[in-house]
Amino acid sequence: MSNSGPISDEEVEILINDVLEQHGYDFTGYSRASLKRRLARLYALDKHVSFAEFRYKTLNDDVYFKHFVEGVTVNVTEMFRDPSFYRLLREKILPSLNTYPFIRIWLAGCSTGEEAYSIAIILKELNLLHKSLIYATDINPTVLEKAANGMFPLSQMKSYSENYIASGGKKDFSSYYSASYSLAKFDTELKSKMIFSTHNLVSDRSFNEFQLILCRNVLIYFDRPLQFRVFQLFDQSLENLGYLALGTKETLDFSPISPAYKRVGTDKVWRKVSA
Amino acid sequence: MRKIGAFVIGGSAGSLDVLLKVLPEVNKNLDFAIIIVIHRKQGTDSLLTDLLAHRTTLKVKEADEKEKILNGYVYIAPSDYHLLIEKDFTFSLDYSEKINYSRPSIDVTFQSAADVYGEKLVCLLLSGSNADGVNGLIAAKKNGGVTLAQNPASAQVSYMPEQAISRANVTSVLDIEEMADYINSLSLNH
Repeated sequence: MSNSGPISDEEVEILINDVLEQHGYDFTGYSRASLKRRLARLYALDKHVSFAEFRYKTLNDDVYFKHFVEGVTVNVTEMFRDPSFYRLLREKILPSLNTYPFIRIWLAGCSTGEEAYSIAIILKELNLLHKSLIYATDINPTVLEKAANGMFPLSQMKSYSENYIASGGKKDFSSYYSASYSLAKFDTELKSKMIFSTHNLVSDRSFNEFQLILCRNVLIYFDRPLQFRVFQLFDQSLENLGYLALGTKETLDFSPISPAYKRVGTDKVWRKVSA
Repeated sequence: MRKIGAFVIGGSAGSLDVLLKVLPEVNKNLDFAIIIVIHRKQGTDSLLTDLLAHRTTLKVKEADEKEKILNGYVYIAPSDYHLLIEKDFTFSLDYSEKINYSRPSIDVTFQSAADVYGEKLVCLLLSGSNADGVNGLIAAKKNGGVTLAQNPASAQVSYMPEQAISRANVTSVLDIEEMADYINSLSLNH
């Protein structure tokens, strides 16, 4: 087959195999077109001169491998992305969890944490934060460190503030952070209800039961069999009547667990209706 | 004549008017798919799909992830995602960094299509004010595909097709009036 970039299809398979054997990270269920593009991008960014060198460093250099995982996985995220989804959380889903004495939320694939802070802000405004816990997990330890810092580029705040308002936020968004040089540092109160931990959706098991699981724009990188396995994992981790929220272009339809779930509204949120 | 697999169209500022003129003239029983990547504002997806669907007898839909690519369909790249093509001729979506300040990026789709379709690919770059798509044309040509640019003289914004012509050495330059005939002539179904 043909190649428009620096990495061939065969070389993609070699790297996937190396990374599984040597480091225990399983990318075999990742969609190839996107993965190949990420690998080609990393190869070019790191100015490798040959595939052999790229392969050698990935296999043998643990520091480089951390960078590899960060480069291969997509870590682009923002606060209050898709305002209509956050409006649904604010107006319907989170208020309905008020009947629980304790609210457990799993944010799977949290990346650098922008979504976790967005959810915490809504919980605080609904007066639910004190009895909530957000488990924010990602495959990639480097992004979790950033997430735990709760500092995001100040240059993004204008757009985040617009998203916040569009999602039904009524307060002054800037009241949630203090500016420090080029960064916005978010209130530590928001962070006090978050637990950050590595979790690999491909290989790790269910670790708790939740009333709400969010996994947005992660499954688009997985092939169908892996998507279905992750849905099973979510199903095992979701209480009856709990909610599962996916990205705008992702769907639970056609999956083995879909008969037990009912769509909520027009956004990509499903409710578990039978155990 | 060889049978082609996909006709991929990229465009930015000034490209929508071209599509509105060209698509009504395209035959509905094409034996390949048309894939369209246009830069636009977020959240206007269904609007664009509806707009194009009303102008053509072809089936127009926004591309879904894992969707099988079918002949005779016009697929629109959703806003705010890159659109890629897998070896099994299904779509993948990708929410990674913007390329050329754009998501969807035309380069990403052209390059991915070049990998999958090789010489069975035709790419057309329309009016626009940046050079997104030019590297994709180079990749498509390298893999044996046919590359086309709108005649800059007829483009509302000439920069993008000019870059295609000067940097990607395109196979042909087309006027708007020639595009539909060109597309129809590629189909072995008439």
